Amino acid sequence: MSTRTKELIVLSIVTVFCIIVYWFKATGRMHGFQFSTGMSIVVSALIFLSLVVVLILTLKGRLIGRRLVFLYVAIGVSLPFFMSITQEIKISPEVQTLYDGLAELPTGSKVLVAFDYDPPSAPELQPMAESLLRYCFNNDLKVVVMGLWPQGPQQANMAIEAAMRDESIASKNLQYGVDWVNLGFQSGNEFVIQRMGSEFKSMFPTDYAGRPYDELELVQNVHNFSNIDYVFNLSAGFPGTIEWVQVAVDRYGVKLGAGNTAVQAPQCYPYLRSGQLIGILGGMNGAAEFELLTGFTGKGTKFMLSQSFAHMIVLSFILIGNVAFIIDRRKKKSPIR
Amino acid sequence: MRREIPLFITGVVGIVFVLQYFIPHFPFNKMNAWFSDWFSIVQACAIWLGVLNLLKISFQNIGRRKDDWGYAIVIVVSFLAISIVGFAEGEAFRDSGTSFTWLYDYIYTPLSSSMFAILAFFVASASYRAFRARNFEATLLLLAAFFVMLGRVPIGDVLTSFMPDQLQLSSLATWIMNFPQTAGQRAIMIGIALGIVSTSLRIILGVERSHLGGGD
Amino acid sequence: MEHIALWVAAFLTLGIYSFLYKDNPWYKLCEAIFVGISAGYWFVTLFWDNIYGKFWLGVFPDTTTNATGEIVYVSTPDYWLIVGAVLGFLMLLRLVPKIGWISRWPLAFIVGATAGFYLINYFSSNVMAQVQDTIMPLFGVGYNASVYDIIGNVVIAVGTFTGLIYFFFSKEHKGAFGGAARVGIFFLMITFGAAFGYTVMSRMSLLIGRMDFIFGDWLGLIG
Repeated sequence: MSTRTKELIVLSIVTVFCIIVYWFKATGRMHGFQFSTGMSIVVSALIFLSLVVVLILTLKGRLIGRRLVFLYVAIGVSLPFFMSITQEIKISPEVQTLYDGLAELPTGSKVLVAFDYDPPSAPELQPMAESLLRYCFNNDLKVVVMGLWPQGPQQANMAIEAAMRDESIASKNLQYGVDWVNLGFQSGNEFVIQRMGSEFKSMFPTDYAGRPYDELELVQNVHNFSNIDYVFNLSAGFPGTIEWVQVAVDRYGVKLGAGNTAVQAPQCYPYLRSGQLIGILGGMNGAAEFELLTGFTGKGTKFMLSQSFAHMIVLSFILIGNVAFIIDRRKKKSPIR
Repeated sequence: MRREIPLFITGVVGIVFVLQYFIPHFPFNKMNAWFSDWFSIVQACAIWLGVLNLLKISFQNIGRRKDDWGYAIVIVVSFLAISIVGFAEGEAFRDSGTSFTWLYDYIYTPLSSSMFAILAFFVASASYRAFRARNFEATLLLLAAFFVMLGRVPIGDVLTSFMPDQLQLSSLATWIMNFPQTAGQRAIMIGIALGIVSTSLRIILGVERSHLGGGD
Repeated sequence: MEHIALWVAAFLTLGIYSFLYKDNPWYKLCEAIFVGISAGYWFVTLFWDNIYGKFWLGVFPDTTTNATGEIVYVSTPDYWLIVGAVLGFLMLLRLVPKIGWISRWPLAFIVGATAGFYLINYFSSNVMAQVQDTIMPLFGVGYNASVYDIIGNVVIAVGTFTGLIYFFFSKEHKGAFGGAARVGIFFLMITFGAAFGYTVMSRMSLLIGRMDFIFGDWLGLIG
């Protein structure tokens, strides 16, 4: 049988399997499943036992193929979705200070939330956005949304819709234009922030759907940053937190908290120490900690087990590779190069 | 003239942006506002230029039947599909329930997210095959990565739960991030910033002209 | 419609992941759709938010009827925006080879504005503010720092200073200077290690998001 035929057979089997599973789901015959705690521990143990086999193979000088590594990652990330293991999440000081800054805002304060990210970063930043918006709406803070990334305002709409589904928030009957507005996106990167320092309206003459700025009650008296009490930047890169610090904080003196992707977070720590940022949420872990503080359990918390497993898998591979390397170096012959 | 005018524009605009920081009054505040507004529009046009160039190249590939020209057709069709929908739906094209939002949710989002998420697999593979403690520096790097990766997820504290709070992995990761990591990051930050400042000065004074390209 | 949408999204997600097996037509198809859709997304968004929203409505604002029945603009027309539009148009002339050189003017504007803006921003926020926070009393202002803070302050000062010495290439890294540069390398290595750890965290988070879509939103397997 040729490789192509084998590939087609495997693809067909996977497709048929997916169709059957989907059909079960769509007809309501299946509602998902979850391992018991005992079973979860057994499955975890099996995964790590299999890694011992990988270690033995590697020690024998047989590096496992990259596709097998890929499979481990996929399993390590996916299986925890079905596990019932709870972990305690601890609050980092940088998350606590960010929350404290929000908590001291009086009712009716205006919070500007800059959505500077796109869908690829949503698993890390969307849970932060949802927790933040839930917190603001529950505590009667007014929210002004904008984006320096074109996808930002759409991600904001999703987060707002998710927050509005909460009973406590839905019962408040919040109004667009009064309790929150979405100003949309504007090109120009940090120059947009600079211009907002003199006049918001100049960069956002209309909101994201074309309604004139002056018709939006919430922002009628918002001319520049002096009318904003707190800025929260959700950032996945450029333009993002660094630009907000450089312009909004250092030129206009705003109080800035940031939610960053984990890739960007380390670059922002110097700003945290110097007081240019009041706090940082770094990656999904930061989102989970923030969810814990704000009291809304969302995807950040839900996915922490997957995150833990994924880290353990990567660390195991690093350790296996290095143990084999060190032993091999001692033997003065190195098949692992 | 093809070089002198651009050099003049660069110098004047650059100087205005420097001066408006020190003198935020007329005329520099006004010029700052104009230039920022223009920058916004020019940047939008620059991105349009990139998009139109992509289309131009795609059409060329189709016309000349280059390798994989069929995929160039897919690029053009996908571009036209979302553009037509976006223009037809007017200013409220991003409202929930619009066709544009459907394309965003079910085509753009899965594609872009998967494209970036695929890197996870390669990071793991590279960790296994290439991340080696070959010398002291590499060992330091590896140890920092190890403690941060474990300390930043709850499992780290589970593994060190027998230790006092201050010695648990989350506390160690917090210390690494807030002190040695911040110090190194700050050194890099200051180094890059000084580079940017000197390059900016060279550009404004017309010493650095490479952005103007070759020719007259 | 919901079913079709989920299957389309799943088809595209798995198409991208098929690259993990090997490069194949399914992946290439998804890649081409991604390129086209992304380009179109930016094209449309920039038109409505900038070309129309900022420029067109800025120069030709909508009109409304005021209390006295007069037809008035909702905002004052800003004719200076026309200069920006002209510069933007000149940028697009890059596509016409014979007069493409004229796009150097808007390019010069962009470069000049960025240089002027960055000169101040980076010096003030990334040099001055950082140096100010590094050169501070080791025992804290008012001598009230804890042992933890004192050690931290020493680490910050030594790490930043030696890290900068490592970046200073005008003097050969020998003797005491070379020793300091070597300490700088240690700090930089810890920084890169932490950055690597955070990068893994980030990449895994993105993958978790996609796997949640496949097993949760699409197949409904997660209980």
